[in-house]
Amino acid sequence: MQFGIFTVSDITQDPTTGRTPTEAERIQATLTIAKHAEEVGLDVFALGEHHNPPFWSSSPTTTLAYIAGQTSTLQLSTATTLITTNDPVKIAEDFAMLQHVSGGRADVMLGRGNTGPVYPWFGKDIRQGLPLAMENYELLHRLWREDVVDWQGRFRTPLQGFTSTPRPLDGVPPFVWHGSIRTPEVAEQAASYGDGFFANHIFWPASHTQRMIALYRQRFEHHGHGTAAQAIVGLGGQVFMRRNSQDAVRDFRPYFDNAPVYGHGPSLEDFTQQTPLTVGSPQEVIDRTLGFRDYVGDYQRQLWLIDHAGLPLKTVLEQLDLLGEEVVPVLRREFAKDRPAEVPDAPTHASLVAAKYGDQAPRQATPNANRGDNLAGPSPYQDAAPARVTTGSAFGPAATR
Amino acid sequence: MTGTTTTKRIVVVSSGLSTPSSTRQLADRLTADAVSILGGRGIEVEVEVFELRDLAHDITNNLLLGFAPPKLEQALDAVARADGLIAVTPIFTTSYAGLFKSFIDVIDSQALTDLPVLIGATGGTPRHSLAIDYAIRPLFTYLHAIPVTTGVYAATSDWGDGGDGVRSLPDRIYRGAREFADLVAATDRSNLVSDPFALDRPTGHLIGGLAGE
Repeated sequence: MQFGIFTVSDITQDPTTGRTPTEAERIQATLTIAKHAEEVGLDVFALGEHHNPPFWSSSPTTTLAYIAGQTSTLQLSTATTLITTNDPVKIAEDFAMLQHVSGGRADVMLGRGNTGPVYPWFGKDIRQGLPLAMENYELLHRLWREDVVDWQGRFRTPLQGFTSTPRPLDGVPPFVWHGSIRTPEVAEQAASYGDGFFANHIFWPASHTQRMIALYRQRFEHHGHGTAAQAIVGLGGQVFMRRNSQDAVRDFRPYFDNAPVYGHGPSLEDFTQQTPLTVGSPQEVIDRTLGFRDYVGDYQRQLWLIDHAGLPLKTVLEQLDLLGEEVVPVLRREFAKDRPAEVPDAPTHASLVAAKYGDQAPRQATPNANRGDNLAGPSPYQDAAPARVTTGSAFGPAATR
Repeated sequence: MTGTTTTKRIVVVSSGLSTPSSTRQLADRLTADAVSILGGRGIEVEVEVFELRDLAHDITNNLLLGFAPPKLEQALDAVARADGLIAVTPIFTTSYAGLFKSFIDVIDSQALTDLPVLIGATGGTPRHSLAIDYAIRPLFTYLHAIPVTTGVYAATSDWGDGGDGVRSLPDRIYRGAREFADLVAATDRSNLVSDPFALDRPTGHLIGGLAGE
């Protein structure tokens, strides 16, 4: 099972000091947080995507590529990548690149986004959110699996003879999680492709997450990707810890009361009861987190939100220390107990390569020589059937003669 | 009707702010008439009443957070699965109470489709009675609910001898309740409401119908 953190990249005033970090400070702080996540033994760092202040993460793969260069085991993911407003071609290219530079430590979590104006800013209509998510992903899925794609849809200019480069590392696309708070269609999408499903599990009650996951698992089995217990489930979560509960509640309350989204709404006590938010001792976090399994079954990935609402870097690093030293080691041990053998681990590049190639060497895409006919055959890569022998040029005036 | 007993679910939403409230009183009168008319036709009725005052904090939190705390969720589920809704609000500053509108705002935009609605409103003077037709009715038609043509407005004077001497409040209540009962008797809505998260449904329900607007 994988444990990690995810961040939405908000730049929020610290309500206890009244100070708001600069963009530069917060970006550097996030890089520090990501590196420290690896240092304390966490497995995953996932980064959100936003296109408006007070958020900074407009280019997640740029950031994640830098973090990849500074780390060696950390799995890099997103939370989420906007499948609705990004061009699926660019997503295919960016994440294949991230796979290559990170040595296969990249996966991606797709979501529709929750900022209304992002749709019109990127030339889309929010009322088409679901159809965009469906069509764009269908194209993305093909771009990573087919060397040459001819494609036509409703939302993007058509493609004829398009090759997304670089080809995925070792011929294995990044693993895809589909993230959603409340949309059953997204659970169905994840299930139909045999992809992972990630439940936000922060803003909504556990009972809701339970139903989403149950639906995803049932549909995963229906689509023939394995048993319901073998579906790939990830959960969000939100924690704040001090050695003892009283200190945790006292220290977190001003951040909670002023937080974006839920600040000035319910009390910390009500929200803790109604959602998976846990504010308390490491032992309380352990107990609560182990309880997630009771309503979603054995799952593969647990990510926590620990750095939002203006929490200073020092406090966030302390949270990571507690997670790494006291919480995650116990969770690894306890989650492993009674875990049925059929329940898989979260897919990694290594496991996907092994699943696809067994003992064989994985594909290494090597382009044909860059001549006029390098795009004329079924594939521009050397391991495909040789190009049809043609005369003339693929481009330029000669091609039209 | 086939003559067999059918249980219909009526949900009553009262948005009065004081306790006791004349808004609740009107809601109860409308409900009593509707239940008795339906009972006279051999139709059993289950009634659930929600005072929005009790849900005021939950409603605000739902507006801020996007999800309903448990007590409010119960009310929203009940409304979504109802065969009829009796909705009564005081008229404040020419329109429905803000709390009433906030409740409507947290209802899923599809949840009231085809739902028979009996509208009631209360106010200090009869001069605001048209608020039912220019403010409240469009709300329900927008949501594709079916408000009956008679809306019942009770001014303070209606509760004494200063009310309408030609069409008394009880007359108007009865007329609205009868129109409402006709629709409730005819609808099969509570049996048709589907749960998008339900397991073991026929395939294709989830990604079908996603062709967009």
